[in-house]
Formats: sequence, C-alpha cells, structure tokens
Amino acid sequence: MELTLKKRKRNTIIPGFSLTLGYTMLYLSVIVLLPLSMVFFNTLSLSWSELWETIAHPRAVASYKLSFGTALAAGLINVVFGTIIAWVLVRYQFPGKRIVDGLVDLPFALPTAVAGIALATLYSPNGWIGQFFDFKIAFTPIGIVIALIFIGLPFVVRTVQPVLQNLSREIEEASASLGATRLQTFTKVIFPELLPAIITGFSLAFARSLGEYGSVVFIAGNMPMKTEITPLIIMTKLEQYDYVGATAIATVMLVTSFALLLLINIIQWYTNRKFNVQ
Amino acid sequence: MTKPLEVKQESSISIRSGATKSYALQESAFVKWSLITISLVFLSLFLILPLVSIFVTALEKGWATYVASITNPDALAAIKLTLTVVLIVVPLNAIFGIVAAWAITKFSFKGKNVLITLIDLPFAVSPVIAGLVFILLFGAQGVFGDWLFQNDIKIVFALPGIVIATMFVTFPFVARELIPLMQMQGITEEEASISLGASGWKTFFLVTLPNIKWGLLYGLILCNARTIGEFGAVSVVSGHIRGMTNTMPLHIEILYNEYQFTSAFAVASLMSILAIITIIIKNIIEWKVKDV
Repeated sequence: MELTLKKRKRNTIIPGFSLTLGYTMLYLSVIVLLPLSMVFFNTLSLSWSELWETIAHPRAVASYKLSFGTALAAGLINVVFGTIIAWVLVRYQFPGKRIVDGLVDLPFALPTAVAGIALATLYSPNGWIGQFFDFKIAFTPIGIVIALIFIGLPFVVRTVQPVLQNLSREIEEASASLGATRLQTFTKVIFPELLPAIITGFSLAFARSLGEYGSVVFIAGNMPMKTEITPLIIMTKLEQYDYVGATAIATVMLVTSFALLLLINIIQWYTNRKFNVQ
Repeated sequence: MTKPLEVKQESSISIRSGATKSYALQESAFVKWSLITISLVFLSLFLILPLVSIFVTALEKGWATYVASITNPDALAAIKLTLTVVLIVVPLNAIFGIVAAWAITKFSFKGKNVLITLIDLPFAVSPVIAGLVFILLFGAQGVFGDWLFQNDIKIVFALPGIVIATMFVTFPFVARELIPLMQMQGITEEEASISLGASGWKTFFLVTLPNIKWGLLYGLILCNARTIGEFGAVSVVSGHIRGMTNTMPLHIEILYNEYQFTSAFAVASLMSILAIITIIIKNIIEWKVKDV
C-alpha cells in the first residue's frame, strides 16, 4: 500500500514538470546566479595581497563598523518597539487601529529615496523634529540609525504579529489560574513563544539594513571614516571606475549576507522542527 | 511578508472566554493606554510625520509650483521611463513566479529547498551590488563589454540595464507569495481536473488560477511598488542621463542634490500617493482572503 502510494506520487499526472522546472532554472540562472557569480570570479582575479589591501583599508573597515553598528542598533530598537506595536495591534481596540495597521507597511511600499529625503529634512537641525534636539541627528550615525529603523520596522511587526494572533489564550489562562501575575505570564509564557519570531524579524531587518542604500545616503552625510556606509564605498569606487575595488568590497558584503541568510534559515528550520514535534 | 496573508485565514476565530476582568489575564488600563501611546508616538516619529512632511513640503510654494514641478519635461520623461520599466519587469517576474511556484509545489524533486533559497537570494543582496554585477557583465570592461561595443548594443547606462537590474531586485516577490499558498492548496484539484480529461493549460486557467488570484495580485502589487521605487541598483546602472535614463527616484535625487526641494518633494508626493494606493489594495486583498 505504502509502496504504491509512493509510486503514484512520483508519477504524478500533472503535466509540465520539465517545462516549468527548466524555465525556472534558466531564468534564475540568467537573472540571478550568473550575474552574482561574477562578483566571485572577479575577486578570484585579484592577488591575495591586493584583495586584503582593499578590504582591510581603514576607510573600508570604518564603514563595516558603521554599517554593522547602526544596523544592530536599529534592529534592537525595532525589536522593542516592533513587538510593542504588534502587541497593541493584536490585543487592543482603539480608534484608527486599521489605519495604523496599514501604515506599518509604508516602508515596504514607499520608495527608499522618498523616505530618505523626507527623513533627512525632518531630522535636519532646523527640521520639524531636528529643531527640538541640542545635538545633530541628520548627517551623523544617529541619522543612519533613524533611516534603518524606518526600513526595518515592518519586518519585526509582520513576523511577530501572526504568531501573537495564533497564540492560544488557554495557556495564558492556565498561567493566571496557577497564580502568576500578568507580568510573569508575559515574561515566562508569552515571550518565549514570541522569541523565535522576534529573532527572525530582527535578522530580516538586520540583513536588509546592512545593504540599504537609498534611504540612508540622504540622511547620512557621507563623510569618509565617519558616516560612510559600506554600500556607499562600493558606489564611490564605481564612480571612480575602480571596478576591482568595488568587487572586493562587494564580496565582503555578499559573504556576510549569505552567512546571515543561512543563520535565518537555520533558526526557521529549528523553529519548524520544534513546532512539528509538538 | 508572506506570513500575514496565509496565517490570518486560520486565525479569525478569536477566543474570548470568560467575561471576568482580571488583571491576571489582562493588563490594567494604564498599561494598555501607555503601550498604545508608545506605539503611536513611535509610528508618528518614524512613519507618519515623514509621510505628512512630503506633502506639506511639496505644496509649500503653492499649487502652481507643484503642477510645474511634475509637468517639467525631465519629470515627465522620468515618469514615462519608470512606467516602461514597470510594464516590462512586472509581467516577466509574474510569469516566472507562477512557473516557479508550479514546478515547486506540484511536483516532488530533490533540491527543492535549495531552489527556494536561491529564488530568495536577491533579498539578501544589497541593491548596490545588484547594480554592480550587471556592470561587471555588460559594462565597458565587463565580460561582454567588447562584444556589445562591436555590435553597438547598449545595455548599461540605457533602458535594458535598468530593466535587468530592477528584475534582479524584484525577482522573488511573486514567487515567494505563491509558493506557500500553492503548497497549502495541494494538488488534488489539479489531479481531478486532469484525470477528467482537461489539458494542462485548461487546468491552470480554470482550476489553479482562480485559487491563487489573490495571492498573485498580492505579489504583483508588492513587486510593482518595489519596481517603481528601486533606487540603489538603478542608480548604479543608469548613468544618470537626464531626460533619458533617469527614473522617478533618480530624478528626485538630482532635484534634491540641486537644492530644488519643492520640486523633489512634488515628485516624491506622486510616488507617496502610489505607495498609499499600494497599501490600500494590499489591505483589501488581505480582507478578501480572510473573508473566503
């Protein structure tokens, strides 16, 4: 019985397997894989010392630190406020809730350059928000963090929200009936359930932030060693026709991104497995 | 992005047990309203005020200046170019998304998970690198550089370059909406249709397509929004030739860097309206799917 079932699954009657898979592979190779492999091939043409000189240049290293640090800061801020927003949207009723819920998607829909000029204007020293602060926000690393908060927020809210929605109320009732306070129920019962989603949301926002360009360049100020993000270094090298240098820095970014992607997949796989066991 | 759509379907049954208002089960009103206030302040600072400021700045110098800014020949050329890119990129990526989802969800084969990861790959790549790879392929010093020059074909710093770089960046959108949806729907309906004698195409158009139409539309509008707004990748391959290879976001950048703030925000306001429409359609789809 099992054998025949297996056999039937393999010889499905649905047509188009080779056609659709062939088309998928071809399109994927032409648009994504072949172009991306160029970065690695071009890097291979560099000597080891040339490569090291480019990727370990003080200006490049400063940009890695800046990109990494600002992405981390924005990610952590988004984790805190994104979780609160997801909580408020799932658990509470208040006027205008549907509009607020829709608005969370704004960073997905609004072009990054538009967000960039709007944030730069708002947070500049005489902007609507910037004027209330004694210190400079735009054109400093704080400005970069603000742009990255904008970009990353929906990733956290939209991964935590569905998990919170599907959380069964019974476990909270059980916790309460066993004498836990509301705070204990949250920290000991609800939060552990949300944690995998929070980590996934953080990683997605973080990965996006590392490569973000459009929203950041306008608010960053782009001063070498101070407010120059890694994608901008690639851009500058390209404008100077330094393709070799641009490719070397791109390799560093790609390797980092792929490592992150792998990590996200491992977390998701681990979470799914845990879920399936239950 | 895929999650809310699929999960909301199952979660519409909310459990409201017991009318007892105990603080062990529910936060106090103080906590509740504090959290709502924190959320609204945070969203105002980072989302609402930027959006409002775009429209205020755009209309600062009056309606006439606004109209002049968006009917300027360079602005119109940018709008036209952006629309051209959308009309090429979105259908191609939609066809790919449907075909890839069909291959992945209707058949079982080895390496499926690897394939899904590879389709998602462009999301993990910085837009600037997405532009760079096509310079390395088609640029003057690129692999095909000499051949393209001899045959007088322009890809980089021209429309084909903008199209292909945008295609790279928006590649996964439709596929990643459809794959989980079609996986959930399974293959029984298609099998029934085929075994009753319908052709593959007929089965697709009469059975599969009606089942996936909302998911497809959802993927399409997200793909569309990103295509219109793509900045980093297009910035690398476009060459910034005014009136020729400037898309709307690049046009905004030039105006902004020339301190023509009102004009920059006028064009930005057009794109913001498109973004708001995108969000509204997205919510209508989510609402429809929840209803079914």
